[in-house]
Amino acid sequence: MSENSTLAHHFDSYAQQKESASLGMWVFISQEIMFFGGLFLAYTIYRWRFPEAFAYSSNELDIGLGLFNTIVLIGSSLTMALAVRNAALGEKNGTVRNLILTMLLGSVFLVVKGFEYAHKWQHHLIPGPNFQFSGPDPVHAQLFFVLYFSMTGLHALHMIVGLGILAWLTAQAAKGRFTPENHNYVEGVGLYWHFVDIIWIFLFPLLYLFGRHHLT
Amino acid sequence: MSVHVAPLKTYIYVFLALMFFTVLTVGVAFVNFAHHAPKGIGNVLNDAVAMSIALTKAVLVVAFFMHVKGSTKITPVVIWGTLIFMVILFVFTGADYLTRPMTTFVPVMSQ
Amino acid sequence: MTSQHESAPALPEKHYLSGAWSPQDWLLTKDHKRIGILYLVGISIFFALGGLMAVLIRMELATPSGDLMPADVYNRVFTMHGVLMVFFFLIPSIPAVLGNFLLPIMIGAKDLAFPKINLLSWYIYMIGGAMTFYGLLVGGIDTGWTFYTPLSSGYATGPVLTVAVGVFIAGFSSILTGLNFIVTIHRMRAPGLTWFRLPLFVWGHYATSIIQILGTPVVAITILLVGAERLFHIGVFDPKIGGDPILFQHLFWFYSHPAVYIMILPSMGVVSEIIAAFSRKKVFGYKFVAFASIGIAVLGFLVWGHHMFTSGQSLYAGAVFSFITMLVAVPSAIKVFNWTATLYKGAIAWDTPLLYALGFIGLFTIGGLTGVMLGTLGFDLHVHDTYFVVAHFHYVMVGGAILGFLGGLHYWWPKITGKLYNEFWSKISAGIIFIGFNLTFFPQFILGYLGMPRRYHSYPEEFQVLNILSSAGASILGIGFVIPVIYLLASLANKRYAGNNPWGAVGLEWQIPSPPPTENFETPPVVTDEPYTYPQPDEKEAPVGV
Repeated sequence: MSENSTLAHHFDSYAQQKESASLGMWVFISQEIMFFGGLFLAYTIYRWRFPEAFAYSSNELDIGLGLFNTIVLIGSSLTMALAVRNAALGEKNGTVRNLILTMLLGSVFLVVKGFEYAHKWQHHLIPGPNFQFSGPDPVHAQLFFVLYFSMTGLHALHMIVGLGILAWLTAQAAKGRFTPENHNYVEGVGLYWHFVDIIWIFLFPLLYLFGRHHLT
Repeated sequence: MSVHVAPLKTYIYVFLALMFFTVLTVGVAFVNFAHHAPKGIGNVLNDAVAMSIALTKAVLVVAFFMHVKGSTKITPVVIWGTLIFMVILFVFTGADYLTRPMTTFVPVMSQ
Repeated sequence: MTSQHESAPALPEKHYLSGAWSPQDWLLTKDHKRIGILYLVGISIFFALGGLMAVLIRMELATPSGDLMPADVYNRVFTMHGVLMVFFFLIPSIPAVLGNFLLPIMIGAKDLAFPKINLLSWYIYMIGGAMTFYGLLVGGIDTGWTFYTPLSSGYATGPVLTVAVGVFIAGFSSILTGLNFIVTIHRMRAPGLTWFRLPLFVWGHYATSIIQILGTPVVAITILLVGAERLFHIGVFDPKIGGDPILFQHLFWFYSHPAVYIMILPSMGVVSEIIAAFSRKKVFGYKFVAFASIGIAVLGFLVWGHHMFTSGQSLYAGAVFSFITMLVAVPSAIKVFNWTATLYKGAIAWDTPLLYALGFIGLFTIGGLTGVMLGTLGFDLHVHDTYFVVAHFHYVMVGGAILGFLGGLHYWWPKITGKLYNEFWSKISAGIIFIGFNLTFFPQFILGYLGMPRRYHSYPEEFQVLNILSSAGASILGIGFVIPVIYLLASLANKRYAGNNPWGAVGLEWQIPSPPPTENFETPPVVTDEPYTYPQPDEKEAPVGV
């Protein structure tokens, strides 16, 4: 923990330490992008192959809740960005306040997601033997829901991990561990949180919106 | 070490822009562009619009919330490099699917 | 080698091994050198386990009938051989051991950029390895190391999920190592150490790290999806709901082809160092060799479809993949030609590391050229899934990656331990490995060409002579691998101190004491020279070194 506000022994300067942390986080995000990339590829190919099943399945999702969650998550990105800004300015109270807000908004997102999952369960939209789908092509509709649960589930898992890290980060911030010279942890967690936000920015249209115009 | 901090209003404006695009993408999702476009490209127009909006939002988040504007030169290299390899993954896999006889894709049509 | 520059070399009093030795001083160390040693212990265990599986395979194949074990057990044995060797030995071997130890020293840094993450990556690796080992203990899996669906997701029996999760976890160790290396190479270089002054070992590891970062996560998500499909009995590769098993192969090989270059690129870096040191010359065409590493890494991502020519993949895509596969030969050949040109008119010193490096060049060339043959669509249809393929990739992975690893281990052993090993036995064992290796795997080219398929425990009698040759070679190869373990461990008890620079080599790692102090450098080095500036006969320069 002593590294939080000091220069680690193997770095020559705060600038070197900060640039290393920043590059390290970006390289981490690079691998995260490729990690989700496999899922996005599977989605693209199956949707191209079974457009009808995917369009009707997409319409089963609750666009209102999707929109609400998008707004909540982008809002949490804003508070996260403001927390980083506060940390850079050395504003301890502002950092803590914005980190807590970020956690609150992130939790709201997960709770809403939980309700959506429960709804799918009640309507027999979980792929498997109990899957029931009134639209055409129910066989391939299952593929949509496998992807829906894989993609949103993995995204939610990233958010749960993120909330855990945020809780730790908030405690550190409250102890005044971050300075304008070294708030690399706040920056790094911020980058991670924004990345998770960006994944959702793509998941929202892919899963919730792409089938809508077929009904008009 | 000088601390570069963007003014508060930058973040607010970016957030408002993101909200605008979010509402916009939901709105246009209910418009069937195929009705207003030449045959052939109409089917992909809705997707293209939605993905363009998502890309725009992502660029806003990356540029302003993630401070790529004003970071070291290597950051954009990492981002572009990753995207290039992502494109490779999509293009070469897609090349297979687009030129493959589809009988080999769906071996069983149950029910 | 007799170019000792010190008058009376003596073991330094304080170095990274001389500190405290309680378990937590090793298990909680953040010193990249000690973590390198931890990795050496780890990969040795998994190499021994994987080797044991190889022994069983070659014993079974000594006779045409499947008399040693039933087909089902044989399937499990070769699967575990592949999984252990690929994911737990070859991929971490050079980067996580030699790279970990040397990379910060070679660039004049005190440590990697993220020492804690470095330690974390070892634990992740060991956890993944433990899960796989558990899978082995409870009976192993029979999916092949490639985990092809729908076999792996639906039909295979045994602890597939456990082993898959083990491999998934180990993947993140590889990712974190790559991340650490990239940041370290970018941010931690000593003053004056520009990109074109970097040793080629560092270039090789940089290229490797790129693959680890961009490829590994794709196979991670793929294996996760297979695991989920196995767990929930439904998933994205399931043909019953329209899923495509060939999509699995695309995602799998997007990583697993470049993964071959994760194994070979660091090895090439080692060979570049050794060739320069033992021919006393600058590496010929340094920039070409450096960029060839990057070229191989990038091209490696464009050729994965050549593993899928017979899978049902589109013929057009196959043709494109086949063509690009030929292009990989270009940077590979650049390296081979440049090493050869470096040796030309060099002051060759026939020490053990050079023997391994020369072995690498010859065997890698055979492995590479047969790779070009296999990359040719028409020829591949003939030998697909035969022993020709097995022979080809063992020439690359054993003849290439493992010889490079052994060469590097022998080259830097005096630096790592401060001790010299037995010259006589090291040369003998290098010879034994070379002979044993060729005797094991060259007959397999012929077997494959004649049509013997891989992954069967029995075969027609006409193949027996060549199989007995191969099994005999494997016994010799096994002995060749055991001898170094003995004399390297024995060297630790050796009283004779190796000196800072027993080979008279240049490079930052040879300018510090052996074994290196914990902080590597007493004063931060400043680099003013190109790499490999060995004094040439016509120049009247003092020898470089300490």
